[in-house]
Amino acid sequence: MTLVWLILIPFIGGLLCWQAERWGEMAPRWIALGTMLLELLITLGLWWSGDYQLPAGAMAGAADGAAWAMEWRVPWIPRFGIDVHLALDGLSLVLIALTGFLGALAVLCSWTEIVRRVGFFHLNLLWILGGVVGVFLAIDLFLFFFFWEMMLVPMYFLIALWGHSGSDGKTRIATAAKFFIYTQASGLLMLVAILGLVFIHYTNTGEYSFSYEVLRNTPLSDGVAMWLMLGFFIAFAVKLPVVPLHGWLPDAHAQAPTAGSVDLAGILLKTAAYGMLRFAIPLFPEASQAFAPIAMGLGLVGIFYGAVMACGQHDIKRLIAYTSISHMGFVLIGIYSGSKLALQGVVALMVAHAFSAAALFILSGQIYERLGSRDMRKMGGLWGRMGSLSGFSLCFVMASLGMPGTANFVGEFMVLFGTFGVAPWVVVIASAGLVLAAVYSLILMQRAHYGPSRDEQRFADFDRREYAMMLSLLALVLFFGLYPQPLLDTTASAMSQVQQIFSVADANAATTLLTGAR
Amino acid sequence: MGLPMTLLLPLTFLLPLAGTLILSISRGTLSERASAFVGVASIGLSALVTGLIFLQFLAGDGAPQTVTLWTWIAVGDFQPTIGLALDGLSLTMLGVITGVGFLIHLFAAWYMRGEEGITRFYAFMNLFVFSMILLVLGDNLLMLFLGWEGVGMCSYLLIGYYYQHSTNGWAAFKAFIVTRIGDVFLAIGMFLIFLELGTLNIAEILQRAPEVWARGDTMVELAALLILGGAMGKSAQLPLHTWLADAMAGPTPVSALIHAATMVTAGVYLIARMNGIFTLAPDVLYLVGVIGALTLLMAGFAALAQTDIKRVLAYSTMSQIGYMFLALGVGAFDAAIFHLMTHAFFKALLFLSAGAVIVSCHHEQDMSRLGGLWRRLPLAYAGFVIGGAALAALPLITAGFYSKDEILWQALASGNGGLLLAGLIGAFLTSLYTLRLIIGTFHGETKSDNARHAEAGRGLVHGLPLVVLAVLSTFLGAWLQPPLADVLPASPGEGVHAWHTALEIIASATALAGIALGAWLFLRRREWLARLAGQGWGARLWTLWNHAWGFDAFFDRLLVRPYRGLVRLLSGDPLDGLIGLSTRLAWLFNAGLTRTQTGKMRIYATSMVFGATLVLLVLVLGA
Repeated sequence: MTLVWLILIPFIGGLLCWQAERWGEMAPRWIALGTMLLELLITLGLWWSGDYQLPAGAMAGAADGAAWAMEWRVPWIPRFGIDVHLALDGLSLVLIALTGFLGALAVLCSWTEIVRRVGFFHLNLLWILGGVVGVFLAIDLFLFFFFWEMMLVPMYFLIALWGHSGSDGKTRIATAAKFFIYTQASGLLMLVAILGLVFIHYTNTGEYSFSYEVLRNTPLSDGVAMWLMLGFFIAFAVKLPVVPLHGWLPDAHAQAPTAGSVDLAGILLKTAAYGMLRFAIPLFPEASQAFAPIAMGLGLVGIFYGAVMACGQHDIKRLIAYTSISHMGFVLIGIYSGSKLALQGVVALMVAHAFSAAALFILSGQIYERLGSRDMRKMGGLWGRMGSLSGFSLCFVMASLGMPGTANFVGEFMVLFGTFGVAPWVVVIASAGLVLAAVYSLILMQRAHYGPSRDEQRFADFDRREYAMMLSLLALVLFFGLYPQPLLDTTASAMSQVQQIFSVADANAATTLLTGAR
Repeated sequence: MGLPMTLLLPLTFLLPLAGTLILSISRGTLSERASAFVGVASIGLSALVTGLIFLQFLAGDGAPQTVTLWTWIAVGDFQPTIGLALDGLSLTMLGVITGVGFLIHLFAAWYMRGEEGITRFYAFMNLFVFSMILLVLGDNLLMLFLGWEGVGMCSYLLIGYYYQHSTNGWAAFKAFIVTRIGDVFLAIGMFLIFLELGTLNIAEILQRAPEVWARGDTMVELAALLILGGAMGKSAQLPLHTWLADAMAGPTPVSALIHAATMVTAGVYLIARMNGIFTLAPDVLYLVGVIGALTLLMAGFAALAQTDIKRVLAYSTMSQIGYMFLALGVGAFDAAIFHLMTHAFFKALLFLSAGAVIVSCHHEQDMSRLGGLWRRLPLAYAGFVIGGAALAALPLITAGFYSKDEILWQALASGNGGLLLAGLIGAFLTSLYTLRLIIGTFHGETKSDNARHAEAGRGLVHGLPLVVLAVLSTFLGAWLQPPLADVLPASPGEGVHAWHTALEIIASATALAGIALGAWLFLRRREWLARLAGQGWGARLWTLWNHAWGFDAFFDRLLVRPYRGLVRLLSGDPLDGLIGLSTRLAWLFNAGLTRTQTGKMRIYATSMVFGATLVLLVLVLGA
């Protein structure tokens, strides 16, 4: 039942916020903050009390039934075998904890930014988070699809109602529509793939089922498996995003309110990586294995394309958005490497990127609040004029370029170390991306914070709320940079399961080759 | 005495870290004096702890000591630790870092008086020392890499310390990016070593390498080459040297500490530390020597044609590190480390003396506007003369003589005549540019008001570091023999003595000849030189050397401009436009259909008849 509450709390909190606006604009903020903190506390409680380090021996049986730490199941539409089936393992736990934490930050960073329709804003914000938690917990494919689509609607409103107009004159409505259409269209492909899988299962067994565990063992011919896998992959690739399906991201990031950017970069992008790890690979292991070289190639393209694009931006939030694309390239490579070290690195990198990108977006929001612009041509020489803001920017810029000691370094290097044994050339090329990461990160520093100041105007230093946000993010980045083990231990069993699936597929492919049968 | 290593070793870097934390948490509430005190005291204490460690280490049996603090990452057999290892090599480095580092921090308290943001300066300097200590103490490659990147970051921050001038910012940017290119090679080297040997622990790597790889195996050559790439970036060796001259944009104590004494020699340390890999890869080891020889010649000529005193010193640093690489290349690892140590003394002395000149002359550092200062700035002059003598390796009385002589001797003993010749030519060049530097700064007429109104620095903070470093730059400094015997393999010249004295005489004569020629040229033939450099091929040669053989322009054409072009080319996000095509198609379709909606009955009727006919035709013919 706890799992249900994890999903329900944000939704109920959102409704309360909406109604609480009648008591003034502070009420929704406090309620939203309390809601997210409660969510975070429950997750941490689960983390504390549960055992996610399943013994290595249990992995052998993982192929026929995933070992969940918690499970909850009631029938929803029995005619079609659709259940409300929720399950939790280490991976989803980590990502839900991340959602709770970044959700609280999203509320905090909108504290002074959002003044119009505060109640409805927080309703949308919390419903996004509720949808995300649903995505992380649902293992019934229909339910998963339901939550996947559900998180789009409040995000649409967030951009359309509270966004900024773009630097190139694009309206926020147009951007919101672009975001919606991209994800909606790709979601449609996933729906087709889900239904295809369900019908194949129905023809085989005469039974409808949307259950993840049942469908995992559906025998598929190679061609069909590839097409269905692509349906899932494209849906996730749009969300991750994978170049060339990334077009919605820079616009959405630049024009969303800060809280929207934080949620987008911190959590929504991670749902895509989660989807690949949880569904695309386990449902179609052989197809995924065959597809891996292409996926890694796309990852490389993303790393370089994102990095080069980031160098050419004037809008500071667009720059950070493109760096996200670049970082997600590493995630994609790690996911499809099928090495346990790299897969664990993917988890570390996802968490690290969530912290550092969220921090950079919050900092840009704070610059915007003070300067009234996101255009770096109007910045320059901010160091010394914005109090601690520049110092914190420096810290997170360093995290973003993968400075050792930060969690980003741990993630990136685990991915690279792990993948090197599988695809050395991919790693060699990806490593060159580390130079470009330094280029775009330091360009941000140089353009915004160094150089001559335009005028003598001094800006307000951080207040206590802003300090608390930045310090907690910095502390987490450094902590997981120097001691990532708690994180790695939690997701170890979930990740070795994915790795197992991958290597079994590898072995199968090898036997197919040897025997020539199939 | 008798404190456990598990406490002492972490203290060496935790004290500077504490300094950084105190300074950054204070957020400018500390006074200038308090900031300087925290910054200097933290390094002073760290130096004291190093002294204690030294005593304990000498009292012990000299066996390496390791301290593992915790396991950094543990996934499968990937188990890098936050672990420290102390042996003679890291102890030598530790002594240089904290000892010379302390003197430079102390001097900086004088140099940086009245500057804005002293707290920031000391916070970064302490952070640098922290990272540098981690670099030399790390017992595995990932820890080493942590320090390696950390010092690069601090170097970046301190080069760009005067951030209001965007040129400084871009100089810092360049330094970070160029060294990062080297770092990527090192990173790939780490991936390769882990894949092949299954460990990142340095002691285990050195132990397993000969078991797994035969001498000259492609994989070990590759691994050594990749490590060399990292070392070249950090140590400013050809062709990744272009950042060091621009790095002089930072405050002078920074140049002394980071860009002369410690960080730039990290590449030498790295190769010496991984000696087991390099001895298995003879081709790459030879390449190390060749790169060193080329760099020392290239930088020697470039140093001859600079007018900024800090840039002369920068090129001289590259050149001296070239000597260290040369020594590594002939397998004389201990000679390289010995020269690293003496170079740290005399180059820090030269930089601090340069700092004294610069502050005294109201931030004038161009030789064409200095001159005739020896009477007004006696201490700085003495520093330059002693440091310069050590740099030029004047026989018997200077520290530089003993270390450089050792390198040349090892080159001869290993039978590398070409490298030896390069070293001798380099020694001649060194004397020449050193003399040009000293004469240009301190002799002749005074060429600007800033120099005419020079005020000599006073006080212990200013004087003590100069005096101590001056003493260490003489033969007294050469008495400090680093305890390397247990760590590094024996040099090729060990136990051989034939021709040694002859070489010493030749090398001394070369240095003296350079000085004699320099004195004659720069004191007596100045007008003639100026005329020569002003026209014809003389001017062209001057420009070529002044721009250090044009590497900057070359890389600008090869990398920077194409990259900028690429950025401009992609600025519209063409791949997004690809997806945007579908939108445009939809609009086109929409426009086309809209046009048919004319509201004219005649056209509707015609098209209906036409359509119906078409359908009928298809049905009839198709059936």
